[in-house]
Amino acid sequence: MPVGRTTLDPAVELAGSQPERVRATRRVRRRDQWWTAWLFVAPAVVAYAVFVLLPLARTVQYSFYEWDGIGASPWVGFDNYGRVFTDPELSGTILNAVKLIVFFSGIPVLLGLAIASTIRRIATSRLAVAARVVLFVPQVIPLVAAGIAWSWLLSSTGLVNQLLSAIGLDGVTRAWLGDFATALPAVGVIGAWVLLGLCTLLLLAGMSKIDPALYEAARIDGAGPFREFFSITVPSLRQEIGVCVTVTVIAALASFDIIYIVTQGGPGNTTMVPGLEIYYQAFVQRQVGVASALAVVLVVLVLGCVLPIQRLTREESS
Amino acid sequence: MPRRANRRGAATGLVLLAGALAAACGGPGSGSPQSTNAGAALTAKPTCGTRPVTMSGYFETGFPVVKALTDEFSKQFPNVTWTIREDQFAVITQNAPRVLADDPPDLMRLPQVSELVRNNLLKNLDGYAKVFGWDAWPASQLEQLRMGPGGRPRGAGSLYAMGLNFSVTGVFFNKALAGRIGMTTPPATLTEFDALLAKAKQAGSTPIVQFNGGATGGFAFPLQNLMAAFGDPKAINDWIFQKPGASIDTPTNRTAAQHLADWIQAGYFDRDANAMDYAKMMGKFQAGDGLFMFNGDWESGNLDKSMAGKVGFFPMPSANGGKVAAMSAPLTYGIAANAKHADCAATFLDWVATNQDARRIAVEVGGSHPMGPADAPMPPVRQGSITAETLAAGARISQDDSAMDFIANATGAIYAKSWTPQLQKLFAGQQTPQGLLQSVQGDYVSQVGN
Repeated sequence: MPVGRTTLDPAVELAGSQPERVRATRRVRRRDQWWTAWLFVAPAVVAYAVFVLLPLARTVQYSFYEWDGIGASPWVGFDNYGRVFTDPELSGTILNAVKLIVFFSGIPVLLGLAIASTIRRIATSRLAVAARVVLFVPQVIPLVAAGIAWSWLLSSTGLVNQLLSAIGLDGVTRAWLGDFATALPAVGVIGAWVLLGLCTLLLLAGMSKIDPALYEAARIDGAGPFREFFSITVPSLRQEIGVCVTVTVIAALASFDIIYIVTQGGPGNTTMVPGLEIYYQAFVQRQVGVASALAVVLVVLVLGCVLPIQRLTREESS
Repeated sequence: MPRRANRRGAATGLVLLAGALAAACGGPGSGSPQSTNAGAALTAKPTCGTRPVTMSGYFETGFPVVKALTDEFSKQFPNVTWTIREDQFAVITQNAPRVLADDPPDLMRLPQVSELVRNNLLKNLDGYAKVFGWDAWPASQLEQLRMGPGGRPRGAGSLYAMGLNFSVTGVFFNKALAGRIGMTTPPATLTEFDALLAKAKQAGSTPIVQFNGGATGGFAFPLQNLMAAFGDPKAINDWIFQKPGASIDTPTNRTAAQHLADWIQAGYFDRDANAMDYAKMMGKFQAGDGLFMFNGDWESGNLDKSMAGKVGFFPMPSANGGKVAAMSAPLTYGIAANAKHADCAATFLDWVATNQDARRIAVEVGGSHPMGPADAPMPPVRQGSITAETLAAGARISQDDSAMDFIANATGAIYAKSWTPQLQKLFAGQQTPQGLLQSVQGDYVSQVGN
């Protein structure tokens, strides 16, 4: 009998009336559980669907129409997308966003690595605590306030130019945010300042997880601080670096607030980024279709940049 | 990991599919609603009645004049109370069409009106204008608010909005700095003005402090003043009002743009202009960091407080003296097409222009010239104040019949997307005066479809 019970033949299984009942109740219970699970998830799913998925779908929909936000909307197919890529005013914004990656991602991640490893070496001193606080403050200050403060610092009579004049560099002083050549880098510096603290803190947290024995072993093998940094610190931080790069690349591509506060895209469109252009197209020019098309392109661009980064940093670490 | 990527890909695909499906279901928005208001003739002046009325208003933050007026109105007509919502002008600009369509206010501060008229969102005020006698006021007061069918051209046709008062622009000057270069009276010709600028530069002060940063190119003020100094203000208005065939790229406008470029070349403007917003300009002027500033009388009350007795104002002189022209615009308010209490709102607008207390508030609180008949008595103003000077300038422009709308108002996008970047390029030496006008005209034609 025991042999019969253990057979895998479903017919035999179904033949027994006892197990059938057990299974039925189990199925009911499982369905109950399924419903309870959905009940718990429902608020989040509804919110996500209403505030993320629906707007996303709507944006895709709008991008195929020419619409002023109120009146009739003729179907224009892919014309709006055509404009995004052929109108230099629109495609230029994407180029500016790509340039900003250097400042928003490159500087914070590289500088953050250097600063974090320095802080780690002096981890117990008060200086380390002070440094951490100072670096993280930009994350706490509202961006609007920071933007206004920076526009004062960078004005032609601001602190930056005063310092330059003080060390005899009168020749290079200028209205940094009003100059065609320097406006975009100046905005980039503000972005780097904001994101540096976040990256440093993330990397510091990652470093605290690295086994000190590794460093000890390296030192016994005769490795200097640089060798330690490149052979142990950086590879161990692959995941944290991945997070930093992801967050900052998104911040660069989807930047809006800093630029809206300090330059509003000027002078002469030199700091115009897709986020700001979408806003102008939709709410000033009332070209909802073009704005939506640019928004869809921006989403694709962000995914196109971020997914490979995610894959790269995760796969190699596993 | 590949599986996760696949799942994400599937999610993206789902969104795209949903979008495509939604797209297939038809376009957003309604077909333009049929115009139901042709400004039907009225037989008697409407009133607010005697029953309690709660008016809904959507006003601009930072302009106390409308609040003062509604308070006074409620005092005189106790059955009328107001529910007021306030926003920054930029927010009103973004929201106007949706608010007028979804939650129509009885009275609303309006941005550029043509697009709202095109979507039939504003009440046609012709009936009210006739019964209240607004048609008999100086035509230039309401010209900018008249529109042809579908919102263009402007400047003639049905009335779709009203002003609470009308503002005048010109040149403010710092009397202390003016005294230093021996300027005792305002310049009577452009040549005299040029000489003053040169003297100020030599004396080491900043001749003109003017904002030109961000999305608002304030150099449009001196540029348009120069255009009117060399040419006919009517031709500039035709362009702003989108009259067929109008162009901004004319010989006199080229002379004007060249003159502005010469000023830039001579270093007459604050070096920071391309990074300066409006608030920063006001701060600099009030700190005494500039002799001249091109601005409007909405700052009169403010400057009378912060720099009492230290500031003067004059309308920009023309090239050879004589008639002066200036940008002058009503503080625009309108009634939503589907407003519940349109009659009461129209009664309020008429009261603002004709009631003695309301006119006093328009001047005292608003700092600008009240609307209304040419012979309506003017409220008393303190002699020697800037408000008195800007009111006098307004009267002179009325008399010379040379009021202009602002070149920034020609289309919804022309300021932020054409004038501003082009004027910033001109200041940076990256655009020629001729190229500036050609470029703006090109954008204009592509937007207006001339």
